[in-house]
Amino acid sequence: MPASFPDLYFPVLLQVVIAFAVATGLVAMAFLVGKRVRGKVKEMPYECGIPPTGSARERFSVKFYLVAMVFILFDIEAIFLYPWAVVYRELKLFAFVEMFVFIALILAGFFYIWKKGVLNWSREEPEVVTERRYPDAV
Amino acid sequence: MDVILFLIFAFIAVASAVSLVLQRHPISSALSLIGVMGALAVLYLLLGAEFMAAAQLIVYAGAIMVLFVFVIMLLNAGRERPSAASRLVRWLGIPLFTLFIGVMAYFIQTFFPKTLDVSFGGFTQGAGLEIGRQLFTRYLLPFEVTSLLILIAIIGAIVLARKEI
Amino acid sequence: MNFYILTLIKAGLVAFVLLTTAAYLVWIERKLLAHIQLRLGPQRVGPHGLLQPLADLVKLVTKEGLIPQQVNKIYFLLAPFAAVMLALISISVIPFGPEVEIFGQRTWLQLTDLKIGVLFVLAISSIGVYGVALGGWASNNKYALLGGLRSSAQMISYELPLALAIAAPLLLSNTLSFRELVETQSGFLGGVLGNWNLWYQPVSFLVFLISAFAETNRVPFDLPEAENELVAGFHTEYSSLGFAAFFTAEYANIITACAVGTHIWLGGWQPIIAPHLGGIWVPSLVFAFFGIMSLFHATQPARRWDKYTFPVLGLAALGLAALFAIPLLQPVLVPLFWFAAKTGALIFLFIWIRGTLPRFRYDQLMRFAWTFLFPVALVNLLVTGLVVALQP
Repeated sequence: MPASFPDLYFPVLLQVVIAFAVATGLVAMAFLVGKRVRGKVKEMPYECGIPPTGSARERFSVKFYLVAMVFILFDIEAIFLYPWAVVYRELKLFAFVEMFVFIALILAGFFYIWKKGVLNWSREEPEVVTERRYPDAV
Repeated sequence: MDVILFLIFAFIAVASAVSLVLQRHPISSALSLIGVMGALAVLYLLLGAEFMAAAQLIVYAGAIMVLFVFVIMLLNAGRERPSAASRLVRWLGIPLFTLFIGVMAYFIQTFFPKTLDVSFGGFTQGAGLEIGRQLFTRYLLPFEVTSLLILIAIIGAIVLARKEI
Repeated sequence: MNFYILTLIKAGLVAFVLLTTAAYLVWIERKLLAHIQLRLGPQRVGPHGLLQPLADLVKLVTKEGLIPQQVNKIYFLLAPFAAVMLALISISVIPFGPEVEIFGQRTWLQLTDLKIGVLFVLAISSIGVYGVALGGWASNNKYALLGGLRSSAQMISYELPLALAIAAPLLLSNTLSFRELVETQSGFLGGVLGNWNLWYQPVSFLVFLISAFAETNRVPFDLPEAENELVAGFHTEYSSLGFAAFFTAEYANIITACAVGTHIWLGGWQPIIAPHLGGIWVPSLVFAFFGIMSLFHATQPARRWDKYTFPVLGLAALGLAALFAIPLLQPVLVPLFWFAAKTGALIFLFIWIRGTLPRFRYDQLMRFAWTFLFPVALVNLLVTGLVVALQP
């Protein structure tokens, strides 16, 4: 049985050391052991056998960025839930009302995001009748 | 023991912070910042603030830094080019910085109360229960105002990003 | 025995068991998937392919660790390192059994019990994003970058419902320590059925499971490695043990997630039926049943070697049954059995789902997380809160 507060964290430290050793071992072995044959074609970026065109470092949709942004804000909300859950039996309805107000305000933001279409990942295609697009095909 | 642990993680925090500024590549800077956050979390833990340490990791290292890394990945920000340093910076930078640190250290030493009894395990009331009690009774107003702050941030983020979707 | 020495032994044991289980999960998964698809699965290396993980390890070690010339070397190596390291840390707060006495020393069947155990696991898993994001970015390959990006966006999106789902049963248990969580679920409903959080919180358990699937990048949420669009996603450019590192991390994460689910909803190491109704004899009965079945099959062998293998298997199972029946060992072994059985059942569910469901489309995946799972988890949380608050 751990006798003191630092003793509680000693196993965590130990586990970190073990994890560090295992991870170092795996990665070091991967790139030290084994034969090594270099080749210009072999070391090209993998693109299903086709010579790579352009760089992979392209710009991407801003949606990913927005998701990360929205996530931060809701994550802050989520972290408050844990101390709340722990003291819940002491404060009961008082705690419920507090959190309800808190969540209601954030939910207002959530619905704003929703209505603005940030959560909609598929681009809405306008309803186009296919015959009109290819008149000759019909 | 406490002093050694503190010195190790304080050193990691400072070294990561210095590396954050010195690194040329934005990803390296971002990862250095994660290092700072991690070391700070351990320092909180050494003070007995378990909940704060976890929150530091979850919110800062796990959410805010993810946004930073995303932005770097998405915008494909490349290596920074060194700016031509002015002569003033080159000759006076280090002396002025040392002076600044010295002055700050002096002020902290004289004007702040000495904290002699801080030891790892000396304070163990930093877990969820105690934080919750304080947060949901004594600091209720700041807590509720936080939600307003988050709401404003949500709307601000969307308004700023909306043009580009 | 000294606390530190005991901890050292426990840590070594836990790391060994975790890594072995992670390696054998590959075999179990391949076998199960094969049987779901009416195939036999690995058969060549050892009986029923049992030595397959070892063969895989030898193969992966001797493979060439290719570092393509376009990659960012430091981060290319750092990514699998971070993934494995973070995946192995969380297990330190997961309990495997109650407080027991071994060699006259009272100890936990657990490395350590933190007051913020649940948050600790959440914190470590929230940093786990970097392994994937960094791997995808450093590879400087289009597939890898897309995979890494998708994967990290997916992981953060599902982290929210996950956090909300975990918070709901905490309202009932009012603690963040795994040990106390399990202890609040002791007792038996009507003196028969285990008093688990699952019975009060089925919705949050479902949300947790779905989010856990997405967090560990498993089917039906394995978009980051959707082979028909992205080759292998974020680990396209990895070979040799670098590739193995990502897989070790994935399986270790699955084990941790299932253990967390077991402790929060399924009553941890508590038996499913009350001890006086035989809860303590269930492991013995299960092994005895398995042993007798094996011995029965040995009398009518389908293949030539079944005459020899089945009696050995049957006797081993009977031996285990006897071991679990020794009253002196029962306080240690029976809780371990229940923990392993429940966690194993959840892991089985992970594999079963993989064999059953097709993959989501990316926009469906993100919409599902934000416009369905998140509101459901939130409503569940508020309803739980209201009910608990109105209780006398």
